[in-house]
Amino acid sequence: MDFSFSEEQTLLRNSLSRYLADRYSFEDWRKFTRTPEGRDPSHWRQFAEMGLFAAPLPEAQGGLGGGPIECMVVMEEFGRALVVEPFVPTVVIGGGLLARSGGALADEMLPKIAAGATVMAFAFAEAQGRYDLADLTTSAKKQGDGYVLNGQKSVVLGAPWADRLVVTARTGGSRREVQGVSVFLVEKSAKGVSTRDYAAMSGLRASEIVFENAPAQLIGEEGAVLPLLTNVLDRAIAAHLAEANGAIAKLMVATTEYAKTRKQFGQPIGKFQVLQHHMVDMFIAQQQALSASLMANLKLGDADGPRAVSAAKAALGKYARAVAEGAVQIHGGIGMTDELDVGHYFKRLVLLEVLYGSPDHHLCRMAALDQ
Amino acid sequence: MDLSFSPEEEAFRQDVRKFIGEAKPQLPKNLGAPERARLSKDDYLVWHRLLFKKGWVAPAWPKEFGGADWSVTQRYIFSAEIAKAGMPTTLPFGLGMVGPVIMAFGSEAQKKKFLPRILSGDDWWCQGYSEPGAGSDLASLRCRAVRDGGYYIVNGQKTWTTLAQYADWIFCLVRTDTAAKAQEGISFILIDMKSPGITVKPIVILDGAREVNEVFFDNVKVPAENLVGEENKGWTYAKFLLAHERSALAGASRSLAALTRLKSLARTEQLDGAPLIHDPNFARKLAALEADLMALEFTELRILSQEAKGEKMGSESSILKVAGSEIQQRVADLAMEAVGYYALPDDLSLGDNEAVGPDYAHGLAGRYFNLRKASIYGGSNEIQRNIIAKAVLGL
Repeated sequence: MDFSFSEEQTLLRNSLSRYLADRYSFEDWRKFTRTPEGRDPSHWRQFAEMGLFAAPLPEAQGGLGGGPIECMVVMEEFGRALVVEPFVPTVVIGGGLLARSGGALADEMLPKIAAGATVMAFAFAEAQGRYDLADLTTSAKKQGDGYVLNGQKSVVLGAPWADRLVVTARTGGSRREVQGVSVFLVEKSAKGVSTRDYAAMSGLRASEIVFENAPAQLIGEEGAVLPLLTNVLDRAIAAHLAEANGAIAKLMVATTEYAKTRKQFGQPIGKFQVLQHHMVDMFIAQQQALSASLMANLKLGDADGPRAVSAAKAALGKYARAVAEGAVQIHGGIGMTDELDVGHYFKRLVLLEVLYGSPDHHLCRMAALDQ
Repeated sequence: MDLSFSPEEEAFRQDVRKFIGEAKPQLPKNLGAPERARLSKDDYLVWHRLLFKKGWVAPAWPKEFGGADWSVTQRYIFSAEIAKAGMPTTLPFGLGMVGPVIMAFGSEAQKKKFLPRILSGDDWWCQGYSEPGAGSDLASLRCRAVRDGGYYIVNGQKTWTTLAQYADWIFCLVRTDTAAKAQEGISFILIDMKSPGITVKPIVILDGAREVNEVFFDNVKVPAENLVGEENKGWTYAKFLLAHERSALAGASRSLAALTRLKSLARTEQLDGAPLIHDPNFARKLAALEADLMALEFTELRILSQEAKGEKMGSESSILKVAGSEIQQRVADLAMEAVGYYALPDDLSLGDNEAVGPDYAHGLAGRYFNLRKASIYGGSNEIQRNIIAKAVLGL
């Protein structure tokens, strides 16, 4: 048993964390998240140059052949800096689906992903469907060489920055049926795609998207993609668990530092036992969160991988909330302000708790996998 | 033991319902939608003036000052009914805080000058208590007032000042004696917000609202007649006021009304092809929350009946504050959970008319974040627990 990182993984972490410290401070973040664009596009290019996008992709298609641990390292650092760039939808979901499906589309797109030449968003949620990937009213039908899509997608994170959308749609079966779910790649600029862009929690951007006979290319097998998609999303969830840990770590440091310096009643508030115990509980939650993320990421390829991912997702959601709410409470009024970073980390953690299924959803999935 | 209200009290409830029914059509639409309401000054004033016209704006004030002089039970019925109807509370700063302090400790001239304008809504008051260095430890406040002939010269800073941007007046705790022990050198003073030397700077909070402010005082000249009561006795008045502030803080009726709205949206929201409210997990969470709320309502009623009998209230307000604020936060949390992905759009950058997703989802996440303040303000919940430990448990 060994939980240590390899030399390459440590190098990756160090160079990324140095870059983020220099170029992606909270002050920088505040500035670019408030521009109309909402991001600084140079970061995406830099991340590509650092090899972050190539790291988890297969070597045969321009990648570096890394795995979940590389992703985990990247995402922890991203979480620490509240990074807004859609690494997971592009590399883990888009890249993951393409790499596992193969074919001409994969050969065309994977080198682009590795090089940072494309930004993808994952359009899966529908108003009625909540966390059920198969609960789809968006449909696709064959037309000529390709397909056309019709339907609507909700809260597509990162879509305003994307040039391509990975879209789930029904090619058969009835609403909520496992059979008949397909995944498509759609060019966002294509005719028949209309978007309404807006800001989402913690500096992200999102879109409501309507497809009206939008041209689409099939990824993977028609009507039978749900098992693959579920597996790829487990990888996405595992990556986001690491991101949550980065944010949690940041909140822990901010809170204990504040408790050591903020004085009331003639002493640092960290000297009050009630706050000490609260922070100790937060620390234990952080330790548990870290373990949950490691468990999910290390078991991804195993038979009990799906259960581990759901267990980690449910447990970590609870730990993250305990740390985030505690961080605001212990900061007091100042923790309530938009000016301090604490509230934005809090919002990122709430967002991650919901993304790809709430804790309840994943507890139910665990239970279902038992039966 | 008897759970029922008297026939007179029930008749009073009907009067209140009738009034609300007649008032509602005259009010701006967002007044009845508490979760998404970001109320403007005018919104508050329209409601305030309707109540004033009816003679109901100051339920607890005695008749001689223009109040409704209601019994504790009537006040409870009134606030429960307006909560149920989704109407806002009137702001406490004038009616619930400085008004009673002026009545109890102010000069005749102050009563004459300020009380009628608090009632009518002509003066908007804000509260100058907290400072950057004085939060839970309020007595460590440093904002300074120095007597200079017929004036005090005020220098310093207040913070977390709710809706100071609208205020005509601020009541402040200021230090008038730096040599005395912390609590003893404090005075209670009324300051005209139009005085030269006052700067109000907004603080944006997590839901994007401009609810609180920093207020800076730079050599602000305040007439000495604006001192309330005696110099250096301000802490006594402040404690009197804090007791007033806390007793209003359980808000079980308001949380029950929010829970009712949450149930209604859970009938619309879908999970696994059925209404969310049919999901056993969600239904159980709703029920658990409601069970706690029902108990809280009875805790309120129990304390209310003691108060109605004229028993002196002490740390009961601390119990209500802790239990009430935590339940408020849980209702907001579950409402956010109910709307799934539509909690994620950032209200901060969306106007009221630009909701993404279903209309009812707008503002729910903002409300969850906003209500984290409830366990911080009005004496943090840690401070309230200290009070209970000491005063009730004798620890």
